Amino acid sequence: MSTAPVIISLSNVHRVYKVGTETINALDGVDLEIGKNEYVAIMGQSGSGKSTLMNLLGCLDRATGGTYELEGLFTTEMSNSELAMVRNEKIGFVFQSFELLPRQSALENVELPLVYSRHVIWKRKELAKKALERVGLAERMDHRPNQLSGGEKQRVAIARALINNPSILLADEPTGNLDSKTSKEILALFQRLHDEGQTIIMVTHESDVACHARRIIRMLDGKIVSDVPTEEDSAYVWKQGGQRL
Amino acid sequence: MFLLEIPIRLIRLILQSVRLAAGQIWANKVRSILTTLGIIIGVASVTAVIAALSGLKAKIMSDIETFGTNRIFIWPDRPDSGKYKNVSWDVIRFKIEQIEGLLDNCPSVSYLTPFDDRNETIRYKERSIEGITLCGIESAWHSIESRPVIIGRPFSTIDQTQGRMVCLLSSRLRDKLRMDRDCTGQLVTLGYQTYRVLGIVEEKPSGSMFGGNRGSEFEAFIPFKTMYRQSGGWLWFVVMAASKSPEVSDEAKAELTFFLRQKRNIIPGEPDTFRVMTVESEVRKFKEIAALFTAVASGIVGISLLVGGIGIMNIMLVSVSERTREIGLRKAVGAKSSAILTQFLVEAVVLCCIGGLVGLGLGQLLTMSIAKIPNANLDKAYIPVWAMVMSLGFSAMVGIFFGMFPAVKAARLDPIEALRHE
Repeated sequence: MSTAPVIISLSNVHRVYKVGTETINALDGVDLEIGKNEYVAIMGQSGSGKSTLMNLLGCLDRATGGTYELEGLFTTEMSNSELAMVRNEKIGFVFQSFELLPRQSALENVELPLVYSRHVIWKRKELAKKALERVGLAERMDHRPNQLSGGEKQRVAIARALINNPSILLADEPTGNLDSKTSKEILALFQRLHDEGQTIIMVTHESDVACHARRIIRMLDGKIVSDVPTEEDSAYVWKQGGQRL
Repeated sequence: MFLLEIPIRLIRLILQSVRLAAGQIWANKVRSILTTLGIIIGVASVTAVIAALSGLKAKIMSDIETFGTNRIFIWPDRPDSGKYKNVSWDVIRFKIEQIEGLLDNCPSVSYLTPFDDRNETIRYKERSIEGITLCGIESAWHSIESRPVIIGRPFSTIDQTQGRMVCLLSSRLRDKLRMDRDCTGQLVTLGYQTYRVLGIVEEKPSGSMFGGNRGSEFEAFIPFKTMYRQSGGWLWFVVMAASKSPEVSDEAKAELTFFLRQKRNIIPGEPDTFRVMTVESEVRKFKEIAALFTAVASGIVGISLLVGGIGIMNIMLVSVSERTREIGLRKAVGAKSSAILTQFLVEAVVLCCIGGLVGLGLGQLLTMSIAKIPNANLDKAYIPVWAMVMSLGFSAMVGIFFGMFPAVKAARLDPIEALRHE
């Protein structure tokens, strides 16, 4: 797909849940490769398996079958605490509802991943300040989340995700709780980060959000049904009878 | 380097957790105080009880030091059973000839004096004081009580055997009568008799618990024989003695008992018609009681710490479920289960230790206020270091014990589920 080195490589990944006697194939044989500095949107209806895929890519969950290789690490065989370290060093999460700690300042929220990393205490503040500068919030670092607007909260969350220079930025409906104007700002920020070389994977069900990405992956019933550059995605939509999926 | 890395990381983890815990506790001030109330009250009450006991013990021990653990008191006493149960008090009372030769037959006893006291009025020139304590003693009394004659001389053998009309005064009585510092040779009237002053007896140590509060603060002394003769031989008196050392007080008691039984013609198998009390054995009894009290107090604090610990567990469980999303987030950004476990465990321990410290402070205040209670002999109350260390140690242990379950619960949370938690 691109000449950049592959950092994510899934082959024949399955994720099976057992609910009582029923088994649910949340992921049913997913093959996927994502290269460095790609900007990917994963789309699909609820129940399509996009959240499961996202949790798997974020090392919050483990595949029940197949292999997942992240920057040469075979995460399928790792212990829970090794996975925690991978999450800490290689993955930055951005959530729909921001997930900031309410009693801590923006700066302290951004510092949080460093608490669990090998960084020494006196470097943390500096790194957190730099991350906040990157998202354009340097002047609000002493504010608490309840003193920030929705867009600012999400930018704090993005700064937190970026602080360890992660290999991938994983955003789960990053604009889901924002109005259209702030959504645009956040998407512009993603665009800028992408231009700076950040690999971004975004999960969304809104086409006008997804169209900001360079590549769109569509999922249905645990399978990838379409994986094309954004320009070609409309062809898929058309093929499905013009339905917005 | 590798060997150092593990302890350094552990210390760092704990330091971080302490900081987090302090912030969390500060954020929930009221809740934290209410939660730790059980521990605060438990620690405060037990430290106050231990402080009171320690103070009492210190007081008694220092009293005993000035007064000697080799003292022995002997007094006539009608037994509760046996042949002498209903005999008249006149039969029971000591007769002076019953203690003659006692010292020669009791090798463990070093001093001996018969003793009696009564209230009397003293007159010197135009001044008189009512209600002074008049004691009948022999010169061995000074050695037993450690109150020597500081001016003049004690009663001589002749004074004692002839029952001469001589007396000794306590220094406070002399001052109250406004006599000369050295008033030997002067005449005072005790009751209706006139006595010549031989000397001045050292004042009893102030604030003493034993014998100190008995009788008047003004004392005069006459030879026992003089007092005995004045009563016409109808005197109810006791015997004070001292063993050669505290270690032989049990032997002294046995010897005294054997000697007195013989002298008083008690039939073998019948109970004693007198009582022998050694200070040493009383001290032993007191120490046993104090140890028992301490044990009971510790037991009570154990129960209150248990109750307090359940409160801690409860609030930690609430905290875990309140902060489920936070736990999910922390795990998502790379917190290992062990870090979450440590965080919540440390929070419980810090909570308990704060409770323990506040309890200690409160206990200190309680101790200071009980030390001010008049006449309670608690002015030396203090919290011993071992009690402080123990209270804090127990508090921390309660934190670990009762914090473990909520902490494990938090550490086991699945990050995906936790982030979805409403």
